[in-house]
Amino acid sequence: MTGLRVALIGGLISFRGLFTWLHPAIFVPALIVPPVFQVLFFAYLGRTAELQSDSFYVVGNSIQLAALPGLFAISQAINGERRSGMLAPLLASPASRVAIILGRALPVVAIGLAVSSLSFAVGALVLDVDVAPAALPLLALTMAAATFSCTALGIAHAAVGLRIREMAVFSNLVFALLLVFCGVNVPLDDLPRWMSTVAQGLPVTHAVEAGRDVVAGATPADVGGLLLTEVMIGVAYLVVGLALLRHYERVARRLATLELV
Amino acid sequence: MTRLARVVALGLVFHVKHLTRSPFDVMITAIWPLVYASLAYFMFRAGSEPASLLVASLGATIMGIWSVTTVGAADAIQRQRWTGALELLVAAPTPFWAVLIPITIATSAIGVYSLVSTLVWGRLVFGIPLDLAQPVWFALAIPPTIVSIGLLGFVMASVIVRFRAGWAVGNMFEYPVWIVTGLLIPVAVLPGWAEPVSWALAPTWGMHALSDAAFTGGSPLLDIGMCLLLSVAYTIVGAVLLGRFLESARRRATLSLT
Repeated sequence: MTGLRVALIGGLISFRGLFTWLHPAIFVPALIVPPVFQVLFFAYLGRTAELQSDSFYVVGNSIQLAALPGLFAISQAINGERRSGMLAPLLASPASRVAIILGRALPVVAIGLAVSSLSFAVGALVLDVDVAPAALPLLALTMAAATFSCTALGIAHAAVGLRIREMAVFSNLVFALLLVFCGVNVPLDDLPRWMSTVAQGLPVTHAVEAGRDVVAGATPADVGGLLLTEVMIGVAYLVVGLALLRHYERVARRLATLELV
Repeated sequence: MTRLARVVALGLVFHVKHLTRSPFDVMITAIWPLVYASLAYFMFRAGSEPASLLVASLGATIMGIWSVTTVGAADAIQRQRWTGALELLVAAPTPFWAVLIPITIATSAIGVYSLVSTLVWGRLVFGIPLDLAQPVWFALAIPPTIVSIGLLGFVMASVIVRFRAGWAVGNMFEYPVWIVTGLLIPVAVLPGWAEPVSWALAPTWGMHALSDAAFTGGSPLLDIGMCLLLSVAYTIVGAVLLGRFLESARRRATLSLT
């Protein structure tokens, strides 16, 4: 029960705290403008390369964009605590680390889903991509699965934030990794074999494949396996992420580097 | 005038050294454009436009320079704020624009790493031949390209001096400028209004200059001239905007609020 309170109230206070240094007038456009233009950029690039249809890029990029808040928000939560001098008191408290992190992850999941949905909607409208209205609920579920797995990856990579300072840069690299490897803009068959093999263990890959199938008319039964795989990958990253957080916290305490890195 | 030129020149040297102190930052600057270069290579190679691989290489390079500049320049004032130096710099007798310009140009100059890394990456990993049609013109086109992109960053930094999260604002301009300046996507495939907008943006002319020198054998002189012309325009516009925003921040006593 205490863990639930820490997660919910701590997560809410932390999310509200975000707006002390990032005004909503910047925060909201920052979650809309780059994602929408990412979708448009790759769709136009795809037209230039004459590789795939607009639908391919709109679906792929909008699902991959779930990683934007998933990666950046969680890592910046740790960086933000450090910058404001609160990381040491937070970790010195008896509160469950799992509750603290999961509480901060809840708003991220909601925002990730919103970013994916909005990017898809704007991309589809601007580029005139046809999607059957009946496919939208299943597409939203697909985006939710991707958002979960990306947030789990975000937790795993945020643990590294206890060891390095340049988390924004590191988050960018992980985001780029998903962009290149997961079949978002280049079909997996056109990537080198080792890259498409690596993609099987990354979030986004299976959700993107499921999303494209859904837009093409697939039923829940058709894409159930892909969505389950996506969620299981998310669970795996979540377990690894929580273990890494525990490990790096111990290392930082032992070396007294919690606030130094 | 000599004193101001000295401030700018010394500031440039200082900030280039400062920005190259972190091997991690330099590594990231070199690696980031490789992501987009690789995506472009894969897309063009898998698609039906293999000849475009050469142009994609240069386009990704300029994209890398703009990426570094847009976020770095947008965050330049905030970094001074965090270190507590902003008020001192603004209060100093030296005009603040002469302090800020070297920071933004140094930021874009670091993009040279991305130029080298992208061209080498394309050559080694994707086998793209690097046969420069006019190597001397190519080398001559690099400094005006970098300076003009850095000064575009200066205009951006001037406009967002009042925002605490400048990096977030800068980040918003990354993709739109990539799209509209035709670095990887021909402007012809964009809506008609995009072309006139692209004329006012330095990456357009920098890309033209480098690609003319590298591939077509045409003269990049006009493009270099446009880079220089835009540099002058950006300096004037940025200095005026910066003066107004700083005056407003001083009047409201919000200069150092973080």
